[in-house]
Parts: sequence; C-alpha cells; structure tokens
Amino acid sequence: MADSLAANSAATGSAASEPTRRDFLFIATGAAAVVAAGATVWPLISQMSPDASTLALSTTEVDLSGIAEGQIVTVKWRGNPVFVRHRTQKEIKEAEDVPLSQLPDPATDQSRVKKPEWLVVIGVCTHLGCVPLGHQGQYDGWFCPCHGSVYDTSGRIRQGPAPRNLDLPTYKFMGDTKILIG
Amino acid sequence: MTGHSTYVPKSALARWFESRLPIMGLVHSSFIAYPTPKNLNYWWTFGGIATFMLGAQIVTGIVLAMHYTPEVTMAFDSVEKIMRDVNFGWLLRYAHANGASMFFVAVYVHIFRSLYYGSYKAPREVLWILGVIIFLLMMATAFMGYVLPWGQMSFWGAKVITSLFSAIPFVGDAITIWLWGGYSVDNPTLTRFYSLHYLLPFMIVGVVVLHVWALHVTGQNNPTGVEVKSVPKDTVPFTPYATIKDAFGMVCFFIVFAWFVFYVPNVLGDADNYIRANPLVTPAHIVPEWYFLPYYAILRAIPSKLGGVVAMFSSIAIFAFLPWLDTSRIRSARYRPVFKVFFWVFVACGIGLGYLGSQPPEGGFVIAARILTAYYFLHLLVIIPLLGLFERPRPLPASIADSVLGSGPPLGSRVAAE
Repeated sequence: MADSLAANSAATGSAASEPTRRDFLFIATGAAAVVAAGATVWPLISQMSPDASTLALSTTEVDLSGIAEGQIVTVKWRGNPVFVRHRTQKEIKEAEDVPLSQLPDPATDQSRVKKPEWLVVIGVCTHLGCVPLGHQGQYDGWFCPCHGSVYDTSGRIRQGPAPRNLDLPTYKFMGDTKILIG
Repeated sequence: MTGHSTYVPKSALARWFESRLPIMGLVHSSFIAYPTPKNLNYWWTFGGIATFMLGAQIVTGIVLAMHYTPEVTMAFDSVEKIMRDVNFGWLLRYAHANGASMFFVAVYVHIFRSLYYGSYKAPREVLWILGVIIFLLMMATAFMGYVLPWGQMSFWGAKVITSLFSAIPFVGDAITIWLWGGYSVDNPTLTRFYSLHYLLPFMIVGVVVLHVWALHVTGQNNPTGVEVKSVPKDTVPFTPYATIKDAFGMVCFFIVFAWFVFYVPNVLGDADNYIRANPLVTPAHIVPEWYFLPYYAILRAIPSKLGGVVAMFSSIAIFAFLPWLDTSRIRSARYRPVFKVFFWVFVACGIGLGYLGSQPPEGGFVIAARILTAYYFLHLLVIIPLLGLFERPRPLPASIADSVLGSGPPLGSRVAAE
C-alpha cells in the first residue's frame, strides 16, 4: 500500500505522466455520487410542486347570459378569482382610446379581449396578490386596496407599484353566451 | 475566558458516569461556576427570558398540535374548537399567540442591548451572526404559525408574503407556484406551513445551542465594554448571582406576559383573523403582526416591486455585516457620546417605521416611510462607519472592577461612569 502510494505520488509529480487507474476511479465515483445526490434530492423538491389533482382542476365554465352590461362577475379558477366584465360602450371606448405611450405595461385593448364587450382577466393584483376592487380608482377599472395599484377598464396597470397588467387566463367562447376558462 | 470545570463528582455513581459522559461537568462549568462580569445590568436578563419563551412556545405548540387540524375546510373550526371545547384550550392558544409576541419583545430588547453596548464587535462576530440567523428563523416560524388558524389575515398575509418571491426576475412566478403547491395559497400551502412551523422551532433550538456555545467561548460583554481582565476581581460565578438575577427578570417579564394572556389576549391580534379565509375577498387593510411592521413599511416605501423586496430583506441581512460596518473599537455607548445620540435616533426611526407600517399606504404616510427608510440605511451604512472615525470617545475604566468599585488609577473614569 505504502509502495503504491509512493509510486502514485511520484507518477502525479511528473507533468508528462498518464492519469492512473486510481485517478479514473476517483473521478468516476465522484461523478456517480453527484448524480445520486441529485436523484435523491429531486423528489424531495418536486413533491412541493402542484400535484395531479390540482392540475386536473384547471377548467371552469362561465355562463355569460346572466351578466348585465356594466356588471363584473367573479368566478374561481385554480383557486384564484377571475373577473368577467361585461363592458359598456363607454368603457370600451376609454380602453381603446388610450395612447400606448401612457401605459407602464403597453398593450392594446384589442390584444386583451376576444370580443370587445367581454373582458376576462385574472383578479390577482400583479404586485403582491391581493384581489382588486371593481369599478373603483381613477380609471373606473379596478383599485387594489393593499398597496394602491390602479387598473383601467382593460385591466391594464396605470398607477401604483404593480409591475404588470392584470394577467389574462386562457379561455375560449363556447357559443355566444358561454366561455370555458383554462 | 472559558470557566475551567471545578466539578467534583460526589458519589461513586456520579464518578462512574462522569468518566464515561462528562455532561455534569459541562453543565457545572457552563451554568454554575461560569464566570459572569459582576457589573451586568437587567438588560442582560433578556437572553435568558428569550430562551424561556422559546421553550414556552414549544411546549404550548406541541399540545396545540394535538387538537389542530391542518386542512382548509377544518383548520378554522379546529381553532375555534380549541377555544371553546378543549380543556384549557383557550389558555394554551392565548399563551401561544401572545407568547410569540413576548418572544419578539424579549429578542428585540436583547438585540438593542447588543447594539447599545457593542456586543457584536470582535471577538463576538460569530455569536452575533448566529443571533441574526435565529432572528430570521423566528420570523419564518412566526409567519407560518400565523397562517395556521386560516382566518382572513392568515390567508392574505400568506398570499402577500409568498408573492414577494414573484419579484425575483425570470424564475419568480415558478418559485411562487412551487412554494404554494398550486396556483394560489390553498390546502397544500397550509399543510407544508404546518410541517415547517413544527420543524423550525427545533432548528432555532439548535442555533441557540451554538449561540450559547459561542458566548461561552468569548465570554459575555458587559456595560463597560471592557473585557474581563482578572476573573477573581471582575467576575462572579453564574450561580447564584446570574441565575437569581435572570430568574427575577423572568418573573417580572411573566407579569407582563400574564397581563396580555388574561386581560387583553386579542389586543395584539387582528379582528379580521376571526373571519374564515376567503380567497375571493381581500380585507380592506392588510397588516402583519406588530413585530413585522417596520419591515412592512420598508417594503411599501419603495415604489418598485423588486426594489421593495430587496430593501426589506437587506434591512435585516445588513445586520450580519454590522461588526465590520462599525469602525469604532470602543464597544459601549457609555463611552461614545455621539453614538449614544444616534442610537436613540435609530430606535425612534424603528418605532416610527413600525407605526407607518400599520397605516394605509397613502399620502403623507408614504413620504414619511420613505424618509425613515432612507435614514434606516443611512444609519447602518454611513453614520455607523463614519462615527468610528470621527467620534472622540470618553476615557475607559481600567477594568470592570475599577468601574464598579471606583478604585484604581484616576483615568477620568469617574466622568464616564453614569
């Protein structure tokens, strides 16, 4: 043992020498240990991600026929509120007429709706997750009571600490009076 | 100044045991013969008080866990059941809820005592950093515990605080969903918070053991900030002197604790938390518990999401660097006339931020919070480093014994002693 160690250190001492079988085993064992450690830790981290039953709850149907013009209805989708707003002509016009240069997070109103009279947005303030209050604030869109963010009738951020417009869920129209969110 | 053990086992059994596991000798040298500076005042009893509160929280917490149900449809009801049906449940829950506040009171006093007397300076930097870690663990534990009753403030506090992580660029939203175990705060969030709320106190115990170990390596600081020079002259044995003083301090503290538990058990809480959590309605005014208010004020003072989050975490992390930010070699504020003034201004700044954190984020409150936030960082990053360079300290006493007994060479210590 002592002889082989001495031989080994003598071998590594000279720059031109070949790697030894011990060097190879050392690196191969180390690499296998790193992979094994990663494979052990990954399930412990992954278990915290949304589970299969949470992912399965990912669609909600909304009947639009009962929503009067000017009214906002809140439905629950994946644990969060979604605002379905039947916009008036005045609200649509206000949303469409704003120059993009006035918006902190520029987006046209057309890009945020499928039909102008129906605005569907996730009712979670993009600042820290509170639920904004409808028909409030300077632009008559939404106002978040937690930290004072103000959104317009297209759910776009106009004032306050929120960094983004209200997020849009994926949804599609199932006929004229029904949408499927998710 | 490690106290060498003078423990002598008295019985044959004790001798047999000690030669196999010298734990009695360790206890004896750490808590009986251990030399403590003879001039420690009552501000030094708060370390022991905080340790007691940690123990009280663990005991009340373990029994509350026997009755609590961590499930979103049952959590709120199970807490009400504890209050109404469980024998002495009202006492255990009020003791646990107010105990958290009392723990923070004791720890805040303990921290400000260290700041005033310069206990964080060499050679106690590791001791101090362990304290900062304990404080961070306490904040995480208290936050998760507050979520468990599943009232409105539990839910929305959890939502706002976990949403802080969404400010991280690029991966923020993915991290937040991972923390929640869903797309919002929901049952998976509650169960993991319950698991961690049970785990973290024992991690705190572990760090407290390291904290006390580090303390017993360097020895305690004292009100003069002058190191012990002669163990026989400058110190007294831990037992009975410090034991009795700590015990008296604890009893006085318990009177305040008991007053909260028995007379005003809900005064530190929020009435909204007696409303069941509703994910579709945010309370008009979200406020954290009082011990988080200064940091909440800093969060809201910065008009950018990421900036606010960074400022809030920095406001605490910066304390880990304090031993190197403070350039003065004099520890105690007793001998630092200018530092002493700035210390009290900093205390006032902290209380001011706490008040602003409890107010709605509007108009003058926002402006005031910005000014105080700026001053908070100015104090730690500019004033403290510069003071050490420009301040002219008062003369230090030659030793602890001199400061207490007034003997020794006239170094001007009479002027300095208060």
